[in-house]
Amino acid sequence: MSAVVEQVAVDLARQRQVVSAMRAFLPAGSILFDNEDVKPYECDGLTAYRQVPMVVVLPETEEQVCRILKTCHGLRVPVVARGAGTGLSGGALPLGNGVLLSLAKFMRILEVDNRARTARVQPGVRNLAISEAAAPHGLYYAPDPSSQLACSIGGNVAENSGGIHCLKYGLTVHNILKLRIATIEGEIVEIGSEALDAAGYDLLALMTGSEGLLGVTTEVTVKLLPKPEFAQVVMAAFDDIEKAGQAVANVIAAGIIPAGFEMMDQAATRAVEDFARAGYRTDVAAVLLCEADGTREEVADDSRRIQEVMEKSGAVQTEVSRDEAQRLRFWAGRKAAFPAAGAISPDYYCMDGTIPRKNIGEVLRRITKMETKYGLRCANVFHAGDGNMHPLILYDANQPGELARTEAFGSEILELCLEVGGTITGEHGVGVEKINSMCVQFKPAELETFHAVKRAFDEHGLLNPGKAVPTLHRCAEFGRMHVHAGQEKFPGLPRF
Amino acid sequence: MQEIVDQLSRAIKEAAAHRRSLRIRGGGTKDFYGGIPQGSPLDVTGYRGIVAYEPTELVITARAGTPLAEVEAALREKGQMLAFEPPHFGDLPSPLTPLPPGAGEGNIVPAKPAMRMATLGGCIATGLSGPRRPYAGAARDFVLGVRILDGKGDDLKFGGQVMKNVAGYDVSRLVTGSLGTLGVLLEVSLKVLPLPASEQTLHLKYGEAEAITLMNKWAAQPLPVTATAYRDGNLGVRLSGARVAVDAAAKRIGGTAVEPAQAGRFWTGIREHADPFFSGSEPLWRLSVNSTTQPLGLPGSQLMEWGGALRWLKSTADARTIRDAAARSGGHATLFRGGDKSGGVFHPLAPALVKLHRNLKQAFDPAGILNPGRLYPDF
Repeated sequence: MSAVVEQVAVDLARQRQVVSAMRAFLPAGSILFDNEDVKPYECDGLTAYRQVPMVVVLPETEEQVCRILKTCHGLRVPVVARGAGTGLSGGALPLGNGVLLSLAKFMRILEVDNRARTARVQPGVRNLAISEAAAPHGLYYAPDPSSQLACSIGGNVAENSGGIHCLKYGLTVHNILKLRIATIEGEIVEIGSEALDAAGYDLLALMTGSEGLLGVTTEVTVKLLPKPEFAQVVMAAFDDIEKAGQAVANVIAAGIIPAGFEMMDQAATRAVEDFARAGYRTDVAAVLLCEADGTREEVADDSRRIQEVMEKSGAVQTEVSRDEAQRLRFWAGRKAAFPAAGAISPDYYCMDGTIPRKNIGEVLRRITKMETKYGLRCANVFHAGDGNMHPLILYDANQPGELARTEAFGSEILELCLEVGGTITGEHGVGVEKINSMCVQFKPAELETFHAVKRAFDEHGLLNPGKAVPTLHRCAEFGRMHVHAGQEKFPGLPRF
Repeated sequence: MQEIVDQLSRAIKEAAAHRRSLRIRGGGTKDFYGGIPQGSPLDVTGYRGIVAYEPTELVITARAGTPLAEVEAALREKGQMLAFEPPHFGDLPSPLTPLPPGAGEGNIVPAKPAMRMATLGGCIATGLSGPRRPYAGAARDFVLGVRILDGKGDDLKFGGQVMKNVAGYDVSRLVTGSLGTLGVLLEVSLKVLPLPASEQTLHLKYGEAEAITLMNKWAAQPLPVTATAYRDGNLGVRLSGARVAVDAAAKRIGGTAVEPAQAGRFWTGIREHADPFFSGSEPLWRLSVNSTTQPLGLPGSQLMEWGGALRWLKSTADARTIRDAAARSGGHATLFRGGDKSGGVFHPLAPALVKLHRNLKQAFDPAGILNPGRLYPDF
C-alpha cells in the first residue's frame, strides 16, 4: 500500500502562503496547520493509508467554502473534501501539499417537508439523523450504509452509498433530488430540482459517486419514503454454499423483491455469534437473512412464500422472526459482522466487489482456495440481493509481510469479480485503495473519458487529485509492478 | 454484429474528420421530441437483439437497435417488466399494454416492416418514463451500464450488469436522456422487476387542489400506488402488488373500481399519448414541478400525472409565462410537441450549468457532430 501513497513533507513556505490567504476570510480557529492539530485528519476509515495534510480548514458557511476553493484555485493548491471520515477506500485521504476541506460544521437539517416528502440538509448531517428528523412524519431516508450512525450525507453523495436495503429502495443516486455544488472556481451550481427530473444532462447522477473529484457538495435535498408498516425476517441455514446461492436466485425467480437479502458464510456466522449472539446456526455452511416489508397482510404472505422457497431449495432450517425484537436481533448479527471480524483478528481488510449472483458459489469456492494460497483467513458477508460481496480478509499488520499478502489476496478477489462479469467496487468507492484495479476494469480510452469528464469540471485537476481514476501512466507502471510482484515478491507461493 | 459496430465507428470517424453532423436514427418514433434533427442519418437499427437476459439476476442487456416491444415481450414471458414504463410513441404490437399475469395474455404480433417501432436506444437516449415513474423510478434509475461509440468513434463501456457499481463516473446515467449528443448507444443493461401479481384502478371525483393534496398524502403512506392521472375533476389511481395489499389499499382510497381492460387502455393512453387529451394541434408543454405545487392556473387544458409532479399543458400561452410558472414551482418546462421551437425546446440553463454542459459535450464529442442542436441550440 505504501506504493500507492508517497508521504509528502510539508512545504513550510507554501503552508504560510495558504494560511495567510485563508486568514483573509476565515477566523483563525477555522484554520489548522500545527502538526498535532492536523494529525487527526491523516486518514479516513481506511487506516492503512495515512498522510498529514498541509492545512485543514473548517468553514461554516457556503460562502466560506466558495472562497476557500477560489483561493486554492488561484494558488493552484489541491483540495480534498472530507465529511465524517468513515469512507473505506481512502477517498478522503489528505495530500501533504494540499488543503483538507472539512465539512464537519455543516450539521444543520434546513428543512423537512412532510408534504413533498423531502429533506434539505447540509452535507455534514449524519445519515441516520435525517431518518430521525423525518420519523415524526412516518417517513425515513432509505439508503442505510452500516456506518449510518456516523457517516455524513455529503460523503454518501460522493460515494453513492448503498446499504442493506438497496435492491428494493435503491442507492443514494435514486434517493436524492437536488444538490448545491461549489465548483473549484468557487461558484455555486444547483443540480437537479424539486421535481423528479431537471433540464439538460443528468449531472445529479454524474455528481453522485464522483468521490469529490468534480465539486464540493454544500447542500443536499433527499427524498423521504413512507416507513413500511411492518417487516419480518426469514432466517435460513444451508449446509452447502451453492444451495444457499441457488436459494437466492429462487426467491427472485418467485417474483419477490426482498427489502433486504444477506448471506454469511460459516467463518462470518461463527465470528458474529461469538460477538453478538444473534441466534445463527454456526454448524452450517451459510446463513441467509431475507426481509419482507409492507402491509401486515403482504408481509405475512411474502414470509410464507420465502420460507417455502428456502425449504424447497434445501435449507436445513428456517425461522421467521416472531416479533420486532427477534427481527432486530437477526439484523444485529449481520450489522456486527465487521466489528466481529475485528474481535477475532488484529486487523481485517474489507473488500467490496459486486458479481452476478449466479456466480456466488464459484466465487466463494475460489476465495477458499486463495486462503490457502496466501495463508490468510477470509470471512464472507454478502449483500446477496444485489450481488455486492464483502470478503473480510483477516490479518495481522504486525506480522512482517502479512499486509502485502493481504493486499495481493484482495487484488486477486477483485480480478475474480471482473472475470465473472462484476465490478471492483459496489459501494465503497475506488479512492486510493482500488485505483490500480481500475486499470484492469477499464481500458485506456475509457479512463481517458473519465479524465475528460474531470477536466470539464476541474481543468487543473485540483479537486481530490490522484483518487478514483488512475492516469494511463500509472496503469502502465502498475502493469509492470504486477508482473514484478508475481515474479519476485512471493516466489514461494503456489500458483493456481 | 461487430461488423456493424466497426461500420458505425468508421462513419463517426469520417464525419468527425470532416466536421459533418450526424443524426442518429433508431425507429424515428421520437423525432418530434427535442430540437429539429439535422445532419446525415446514422442508422443504428441493424445493431439489434438481446445480448443477455437472466431473469433471476433481474438484468437484461440488449443492443440499441432492438425494438422496445421485443425487449418488453421477452421480459413479459418471464413475468418481468421495465418498471419505468417507457413510452413508445410509435406503432405498438398488440396487445397494447403489458397485462398482469392471468389478466388475459395475448400474443405479440410480429413487427411488420412498415411499422415504426420504438427502439431501446431511442428509449434510453430520450430517457422518457411513463406513469409508474414516481413510484418505481425513471429510465435513468434502471440503467446499469452502457456501451457507446463516442464522437471520436471509440467503442467504450461504462457501468456493467450488476446492481451496485461505483467504479468510475456514472457515465451510463449521464448519457441517458442526453438525446444522442454524447455518444451513439450500442448496448444497454437495465435492471428489471417482476410484474405485479395484481392490479386495480380506481376512479375518483375531486377538484384539482384536493386531488393534489390527496396524491401527496397517499405517497407519504405505505400504499401500493403505481400510477395517478387527473383531468377535469376525474382522478385515476392504479394500485399494484400482492392481492391482499391492493385490496386493503383500495378500501382505504375509495372510489369506484375500473374494469381491467378499460383500465389497461386508459393507462396505455396516458403512457403513449393516445388519450384524447393529447390530440389537437395546440403546442403540448411538459411541466415537471414539485409535486405539491398548487393548481398552476395557466391558460389552456391540463392533464396531471406522477402524483402532481408532472403537468401536461396544451396551451398557446407564450413560452416565458409557462417557463416562469414551472421555475416558480421548483421545476422546468419542455415544449414537448408542436409549437415554435425557435426559442428552444428545453428549459434554459443557468450560466454556470451551460458551461458544464459545453465542457461535457466537448469531452465526449470534440468535433460536435453527434445530434447537434437536439438538446440545446448551441451544441
